[in-house]
Amino acid sequence: MYDVIIIGGGVTGCAAAAELAKYQLNVCLVEKESDVCEGTSKANSAIVHAGFDAEPDTLKAKLNVRGNAMIAELSKKLDFAFKNNGAMVLCFEEEKLADLEKLCEKGEKNGVAGLEILSGDEARAREPRLSKEVKYALYAPTSGIVCPFEMTLAFAENAYANGVEFRLSTEVTAIDKISDGWKITTDKGEISGRYIFNCAGVYADRIAEMANAGGFRIIPRKGEYMLMDKDAGGTVSHTIFQLPTKMGKGVLVTPTVHGNLLVGPTAEDIDDKENTATTAGGLAEIRAKSALSVEGLPFGKVITGFTGLRAVGDTNDFIINEGAEGFFNAAGIESPGLTSAPAIAEMLREMLSKKTDLSPKTDHIDTREGVVHFAELSREEQNALIAKDPTYGNIVCRCETITEGEIRDAINRPLGAVTLDGVKRRTRAGMGRCQAGFCSPKTILLLAEKLGCGIGGVRKTGREEVQKDA
Amino acid sequence: MREFDLVIVGGGPAGMAAAVSARENGLENIVILERDSELGGILNQCIHNGFGLHTFKEELTGPEYAERYAEKVNSMGIPYETDTMVLNISKDRVVTLLSKGRGVEDIRAKSVILAMGCRERPRGALNIPGYRPQGVYTAGTAQKLVNCEGYLPGKEVVILGSGDIGLIMARRMTLEGAHVAAVAELMPYSSGLKRNIVQCLDDYGIPLLLSHTVVDIKGKEKLEGVVIAQVDSKNAPIAGTEKFYPCDTLLLSCGLIPENELSKNCGVEIDPRTNGPLVDEGLETSIDGVFACGNVLHVHDLVDFVSEESARAGASAAEFVKRGCTADSTEPVKVIPQNGVRYTVPSQIHTAELTGDVHIRFRVTGVFKDCAIVVKAGENELLRRKSRILVPSEMQDIIIRQDKLAEVGEDICVEIEEV
Amino acid sequence: MTRELTCINCPMGCELNVEVDGDKVISVSGNTCKRGEIYAHSEISAPTRTVTTTIISAEGRPVPVKTAQPIPKGMLFECTAAIKSAEVHLPVKVGQIIIEDLLGTGAQVTATKTVK
Repeated sequence: MYDVIIIGGGVTGCAAAAELAKYQLNVCLVEKESDVCEGTSKANSAIVHAGFDAEPDTLKAKLNVRGNAMIAELSKKLDFAFKNNGAMVLCFEEEKLADLEKLCEKGEKNGVAGLEILSGDEARAREPRLSKEVKYALYAPTSGIVCPFEMTLAFAENAYANGVEFRLSTEVTAIDKISDGWKITTDKGEISGRYIFNCAGVYADRIAEMANAGGFRIIPRKGEYMLMDKDAGGTVSHTIFQLPTKMGKGVLVTPTVHGNLLVGPTAEDIDDKENTATTAGGLAEIRAKSALSVEGLPFGKVITGFTGLRAVGDTNDFIINEGAEGFFNAAGIESPGLTSAPAIAEMLREMLSKKTDLSPKTDHIDTREGVVHFAELSREEQNALIAKDPTYGNIVCRCETITEGEIRDAINRPLGAVTLDGVKRRTRAGMGRCQAGFCSPKTILLLAEKLGCGIGGVRKTGREEVQKDA
Repeated sequence: MREFDLVIVGGGPAGMAAAVSARENGLENIVILERDSELGGILNQCIHNGFGLHTFKEELTGPEYAERYAEKVNSMGIPYETDTMVLNISKDRVVTLLSKGRGVEDIRAKSVILAMGCRERPRGALNIPGYRPQGVYTAGTAQKLVNCEGYLPGKEVVILGSGDIGLIMARRMTLEGAHVAAVAELMPYSSGLKRNIVQCLDDYGIPLLLSHTVVDIKGKEKLEGVVIAQVDSKNAPIAGTEKFYPCDTLLLSCGLIPENELSKNCGVEIDPRTNGPLVDEGLETSIDGVFACGNVLHVHDLVDFVSEESARAGASAAEFVKRGCTADSTEPVKVIPQNGVRYTVPSQIHTAELTGDVHIRFRVTGVFKDCAIVVKAGENELLRRKSRILVPSEMQDIIIRQDKLAEVGEDICVEIEEV
Repeated sequence: MTRELTCINCPMGCELNVEVDGDKVISVSGNTCKRGEIYAHSEISAPTRTVTTTIISAEGRPVPVKTAQPIPKGMLFECTAAIKSAEVHLPVKVGQIIIEDLLGTGAQVTATKTVK
């Protein structure tokens, strides 16, 4: 019997796991994919939002601003990439200035610090590639960019180090109330726990329904993106939004924390919770809309396109409640969910503390070391590392300068990568301009060695295939 | 800090030919730096034949061609360091390298030859919509898996792009037991050699769908199939022509991109048409003492031409070191591609200090029949060569005699004249 | 009867119409030079191809090989299968003969790479 079972290994579930791991609790996280960070958390804008966008007094507003304040310190303790680069919201029409001012007021009500409205020229002085059509811009200095994979993995690994049990490749099929808590049926057997945290992303409505703890719907909102070569990463230094439209924030143009340029997302509500396909129309829309912000974006430098599904609830806010006795929902965690994750985790812990006594662990580890980024080390550090482990002297991914040592670490560490995409999220191997053309045969061999399978047994992504009895 | 007269970045066909030539031209203190564990570069995975007809007057496979050059390198005692990655080249020619044995190390070079080759255009750069499942490979990655790792990535194959590697892989996968349903080519003509279309597709009844492209990729985790549609004259898919091809493997053979990240970091000026460095007649880049050859300079069709070009780079580097590493003292004239010529290598010629005839290599922008290649400096026609046919898939190589160039003081134009 | 061929000698890729009687060429049209005619004759009467493939060595590493002489085009698949089933032990030197006479074609199969 676990004290808490967390369903879902996205950023929300992993942040909650890391939070609960601070206390003397027996916690288990259940994830249907073979790795954490396989859903919404791996395909989003990777923005640490300032918090001006949410309606005042909503959970989104509160948790966004709180999350924003937490991430800088967390990024140092848990070793994930974060940069406070500031954001601008562009206004292209003189008569829309009022909307921009409203946005600014909203932000101030939400407690966002340092907001200011700039004229087009002032904005261009800070961000020279902005279009001449920009009339005004709302400047938000507290906005930032983060590596969403590293952030999710950092929470997961820290939770693991503090005793949280991870059951990957385990899909929940039924949830039943039992006398002292809940029984969860999965494709790998039954688990029971006193409390349940539902952090199941686009599937949170179905999970809640299984426990009769729902009454809400999650509508996946498809967002398509294009990622450009690091050559184009310097096009802008701030995250550039456009004034919101009915369907959300329009498209953004932003550097990523690793120096690429990201444009997108589209916003299309769909029924299929698995539809992460890009479309010709979506990619065309990104081109058209982003051109408003920055003219002459180098679309010849696109290295990949991808689609994420935002888990949009039907209440216009995050759905964080006790849906049934001892069953807590953290649902509808769409944007600004990534930013809010650590604050959502705190809120869930707060809710739990009202049900049961939480005593802090005395031996809690509050730091975590990620996979070393060889390319970012000093010459002395690099040579010291190679002297200790020569595999750091062998480059596997030439585009991102990723060594064999990093890939071995990503595979061998606790909760290590079991797929090519898992290696990519932990090391960036294959994330560069050749998109794994050169490194994937080498990475496949390293994975095959660890997994004890042939090349054919190494997967790019997704769930483990169920072993059928011979 | 170790010091060398010449550091060659890359031990593929270009690097090896440059090394051999530099040694023949008197340079002793040379090193080839190779990131792989053996010399030969991409030739090691090109196990098909068709290499070497110009260089060795016989038909060799890729590994055989590589081994011939590797033997030369060995017999001449030219040092090379494998499993060694060059991380940076500075303007003053300090080369930073990384290896298991020596860690991160700076070496000083009097001259540098860039011979890093090229990479394949990935799926993302083609903006093909759809899912991102397992089973989508560039043709070269599949070639590596099949030929070097003994692993066949799939059984039911569709190929996008009719570049030579794609055609070669169509045959290779067929002979290995896979079924290749079709090769789709966006353009109305193939970018591969005629011989490969006949011997890799026609021989096995594999259809080549010209003016077709992949418009959707199906299958979330594993590839389930692709949708191919016909395109119009602007390469836009024509509605109603979509056809679903079930497959577990999609190979992409959609162009090669010279790999010039090191060159760019060094400050070498890049030609946006070739994605390779701008060079003069000696294949020297905009940075003194830094030369480029092979596919890092511009994508070649035949390795034989890579070897020939690279020999020139080796000789130039030797010349540069022997004359005391001083820059060219005269102003070059520009070589300008126009009317049907997409680019030229070199892009400038120091006509006043030539040491021999000058090769101009280029590709045409489309298919030209019964035409002439014309090279002019103002009204002065330097060369006119008639041709029955010129196609974009073939690199053209013309030689302008030194005596014709010596007097030229104005820009040189290379163009195609349709007769 | 008529056979259609694409000449491979140059990028023209002339579409050849070859009038044949069994494996005898009666006439060739569509070619724009003499080489097309010669190609048609050889393609019709005795088309041959070089096979290149790999053999997985006993040690597990693939060894690239080729037929040192061309084999009849009609035997591509059976020749490939016969080559692949040959036994090879490392080390192998480039040029080393792996099969002396491939399925009675008289063609040798040789290693095309030194594999240690």
